[in-house]
Amino acid sequence: MLKNRVMPCLLLKNAALVKTIKFKNPDYVGDPSNAIRIYNEKEVDELIFLDITATTSSKVPDLDVIGRLASECFMPVAYGGGISDLQTMREIFRRGIEKVAVNSHAVACPEFLSAAANEFGSQAVVISIDAKRTASGTYEVYTHGGTRATSMDPVTWARRAAELGAGEILLTSIDQDGTMEGYDLELIRSVTSAVDIPLIACGGAGKVSHFGQAITEGRASAVAAGSMVVYFGRNRAVLINFPSPRELNRLFESISNHE
Amino acid sequence: MIGIVNYGVGNLASILNMLKRLAVPACIVNSPAEMDLATKLILPGVGSFDAGMGSLNESGLLPRLTARVQEEKVPVLGICLGMQMLSERSEEGVGPGLGWIPGRTMKFQFGDNPAKLKIPHMGWNIAIPNPEAKLFKDCGMDPRYYFVHSYHVVCQDPAHVAASVNYGMLATAAVESGNVYGVQFHPEKSHKFGMKILENFSKV
Repeated sequence: MLKNRVMPCLLLKNAALVKTIKFKNPDYVGDPSNAIRIYNEKEVDELIFLDITATTSSKVPDLDVIGRLASECFMPVAYGGGISDLQTMREIFRRGIEKVAVNSHAVACPEFLSAAANEFGSQAVVISIDAKRTASGTYEVYTHGGTRATSMDPVTWARRAAELGAGEILLTSIDQDGTMEGYDLELIRSVTSAVDIPLIACGGAGKVSHFGQAITEGRASAVAAGSMVVYFGRNRAVLINFPSPRELNRLFESISNHE
Repeated sequence: MIGIVNYGVGNLASILNMLKRLAVPACIVNSPAEMDLATKLILPGVGSFDAGMGSLNESGLLPRLTARVQEEKVPVLGICLGMQMLSERSEEGVGPGLGWIPGRTMKFQFGDNPAKLKIPHMGWNIAIPNPEAKLFKDCGMDPRYYFVHSYHVVCQDPAHVAASVNYGMLATAAVESGNVYGVQFHPEKSHKFGMKILENFSKV
C-alpha cells in the first residue's frame, strides 16, 4: 500500500474532545464517541488521539477511557499523552490500541524509545515532535504541550529518535496548529530529508490541497488534520467531517500524475 | 448467536461492537457452558503463538471449543494470532497449534529486501481473494484490510487459501476449510471492508 494515509488527529482533555489554536485555548468540540461514530462511517483509515493535558497535569493516562475509544474505533488507533513507562504502554496495547506516541518523556529519557521499540516493535512506537519557529527562522522542539522549550533542533532529534527505534514520526508545527492555513512545508521537508521512517505531518491543514502539498513538497508519507475535520465554515462551527474517499482519490491521482 | 472466545488475550470489545453495528447477535464466551449457546465462534488473538495456545489451554475452554468445531462442525473464525493457531505449529513457538488447517506458520523472510520491507507487516494492504471464498463474497474491488503480523500461515493444501496479500511475497491473508475460517488481518479495525467479512461469516 503506497497510498498516503490521511488521518484525524484528535485532542483530548479530561476525556472530552477539544481543539487548540497554536496549542492554546482548547475549545470544546464534543464527545469522542460521537466523533468516532462519524469517522467510522466516513471510512477513516487511522485515528490519532492525543491527551493534551496528561503530561502537563502529571496525570497517568486514563486506561478506561482509552479502552473505550479503542473498542469503538473500527480503524487502527494511535494514542499519545502522559506516556512515561513501559507498563502503561503494555496496558494501552492490551486495550486494543495499535500505536503509542511518546513526546515529553522521550526528550527527557531518549533510551525509553529503545526500550519501547524492543518490547513492542518499532512499528508500534511513534515519536511525537512539536516544533516552533524561532525568531531567527530556525526551529526548536517543545515539550509539555508546547510549554517548554528544549533548545533541540527537530531534525537532529528526529534522526536520533529514529536511530533509537521509533518507527514513525508525528511532526506538529505549533505555529500552524489550528490556523487551517496549510502545513509548515519547510519544517516537514527538513525532517523528511533527514530520516527514513514514515512521517505524519500535522498542524495547519485547512483543505484537501494542503495534504497534497505536505506529501509532494514536504515528502510526508501521511497527513493529519485537526480543525479541518472538527469545524465547518469561517465561524468554526463544530461539525465532525472528513473528506470523501472520492475527494482523496482525486488528490492522490493528481499527485501520482504529477510525479 | 456468534460467541467470541475470551481466553484472556486482547480487547474483544471492538469485535463485539462491530457485530452489534451489523445487528448480528453476539456475546463474549467465558465458559464452556456459554460456548454451547453460540452457533458460530470467533477465536481472536494477539501476542505470541505459545502464549496464545497456553492461555487457551489454561482458560479451560479448549476441550469444549474442539468438540464444537471438530465434532459439531460449528463455524469458527480465527483472527490474526487466532488464525495462526488454527495451523499445526509455528516457527514462533515450540508447542503445537490446533491443527485444524494443515500447514505451518512461518516468519517473514525477505532475503536481500530491496524494498526495505519491515517486520511486522503493519498497515493497510489489499487482499487478493480466491473467487470461491465465502468470507470475501461481494467484498468489492481491491478490498483493503489492516494487518499487524510477523508470521504468516503456509497452507499444505493451496485450496485452503481464501485470500493472499502481497508483502514481499504472496502470504496467506485468509483461510477456509469446511467450517474452519481464518483471517490474518483485523476485520474489526478495517471499517467497511472488515464489516463485510464479519457479515459474510455471520451468514455462512
